[in-house]
Amino acid sequence: MAPIISIRNLGKTYAGGQVALDDVSLDIAEGEILALLGPNGAGKTTLISAVCGLVQPTSGVVTVAGHDIITDYRAARSQIGLVPQDISIEPFERVINTTRFSRGLFGKPRDDAHIEHVLKALSLWDKRNARNMELSGGMKRRVLIAKALAHEPRILFLDEPTAGVDVALRKDMWELVRQLRADGVTIILTTHYIEEAEEMADRIGIIDKGRLLLVEEKAKLIHQLGRKTLCLFLQEPLDKVPSALAEYALKLGEDGRTLIYEYDTKAERTGITRLLADLATAGLSVRDLETRQSSLEQIFLNLLEDAA
Amino acid sequence: MNWQAIKAIYVFEMSRTFRTLAQSIVSPVLSTVLYFVVFGAAIGGRIQSVEGISYGAFIVPGLIMLTLLQQSVTNASFGIYFPKFIGTIYELLSAPMSFIEIVIGYVGAAASKAIMIALIILATSTFFVDLQILHPVWMLGFLLLTAISFALLGFIIGIWAGSFEQLQLIPLLVITPLVFLGGSFYSISMLPEFWQGVTRLNPVLYLISGFRWAFFGVADVPVGLSIAAVSAFLVLCLGVIWLIFRTGWRIKP
Repeated sequence: MAPIISIRNLGKTYAGGQVALDDVSLDIAEGEILALLGPNGAGKTTLISAVCGLVQPTSGVVTVAGHDIITDYRAARSQIGLVPQDISIEPFERVINTTRFSRGLFGKPRDDAHIEHVLKALSLWDKRNARNMELSGGMKRRVLIAKALAHEPRILFLDEPTAGVDVALRKDMWELVRQLRADGVTIILTTHYIEEAEEMADRIGIIDKGRLLLVEEKAKLIHQLGRKTLCLFLQEPLDKVPSALAEYALKLGEDGRTLIYEYDTKAERTGITRLLADLATAGLSVRDLETRQSSLEQIFLNLLEDAA
Repeated sequence: MNWQAIKAIYVFEMSRTFRTLAQSIVSPVLSTVLYFVVFGAAIGGRIQSVEGISYGAFIVPGLIMLTLLQQSVTNASFGIYFPKFIGTIYELLSAPMSFIEIVIGYVGAAASKAIMIALIILATSTFFVDLQILHPVWMLGFLLLTAISFALLGFIIGIWAGSFEQLQLIPLLVITPLVFLGGSFYSISMLPEFWQGVTRLNPVLYLISGFRWAFFGVADVPVGLSIAAVSAFLVLCLGVIWLIFRTGWRIKP
């Protein structure tokens, strides 16, 4: 199936010479959730802005549902809903009117049933006649989402949807994103919370300094790049790691009863069998053991280090 | 053409006008009444008539123009500056609409509001003086053309402005002096020859003169010249706006 968004060699250099995007190529499949992960200033927002028409790309080609975003911008943009990072909202207007306004901008005739559906889905229906400025920060963010969904887009861009949002609301937001995906909406979200990408995304793209370092299925990424940790819980506490086990670079837990061994799951030999044998030789008896998959956070940090 | 989008902007902008209807109308009407009191009653008592028209009636077209210019510039500049200021302009730029449609929406709403207020002032002035309108169609034509041209100018100012101070700079420093010196309150034939020449460089003179002609059939400059001047100004503003959007100046990085 043809990708719903196809980005080819996209570049953006700002007037001051600052390179915000450097030769980014990316295909996004219909119905997936793609998380763009990267530190602040990595180029995530510029990438979204270029696709949505807020920033003029310096080079490259982007098509949305087969429509070029420059030459056929009307057809391309009408597929997209954009939720910006900053809460930019008309303060004196009422919730329902701002939402209707957005639908109109995208060329759709008034449809009160759809607006009601969207506002209800975002728990904003009770607040429909409130002025935007009377709402809490979390509510305002939901109004932005309602505005983006008002014209029934096939693609939703969420730029840092949970920045500065409390835990409960973050969970709600995740739930909402899953709901939208179930409705068939393709979602591209940016975040610098690794937890968020890990929680929601099907695929993860990592951006730093304007370059797309990698795009991979989340599970595969964790598996491929993952290191595992083996924790061995000892019967008797130790003062220090026996010198006979020096080659394993073991770490001793604070209580002296845990030995921690890190190994690479991709390596031909993980060294576990030999370690266990050597432990027995050293006279240590193991009460219990546990392995841990390294988190996306570690993978991410490793990648950034490699790139630097 | 994305007519729905134009309608959405127009309705959105007009709803702001109606939300603040009292202050939108009260202040221009009040200032017009003050002009009538000061110029009409106090000074008009000493100037019997200008070119055969009572002074009170003579200043009506100038007063309407003064408000029309201020209103169309201010409404349009504020209309586009505010989304820029609060950041909601992202929505306009990411919508499937062309810049022409954005301009029609904002300029249309600004001009509509300015014309509304101009007509209210016209109605108010009938309480003070006896008015005749010889060419009502031309009168409306001048209102429309002027309101649209200056709303375009306001739109340009709104795009250019980087702060609220700059937003008020042009109306305050340029428009008001030009209107006062453009023959709103006098006929340029009352001026010494040298100053007549200087006044002819003031573009607003042609607007007021043409507009006054529509009322009384009397003009400082030929009416054809007035129409040509307004049209030239309209084309100039359209050209500048076309350039702004083509280059994304102050809108798109």
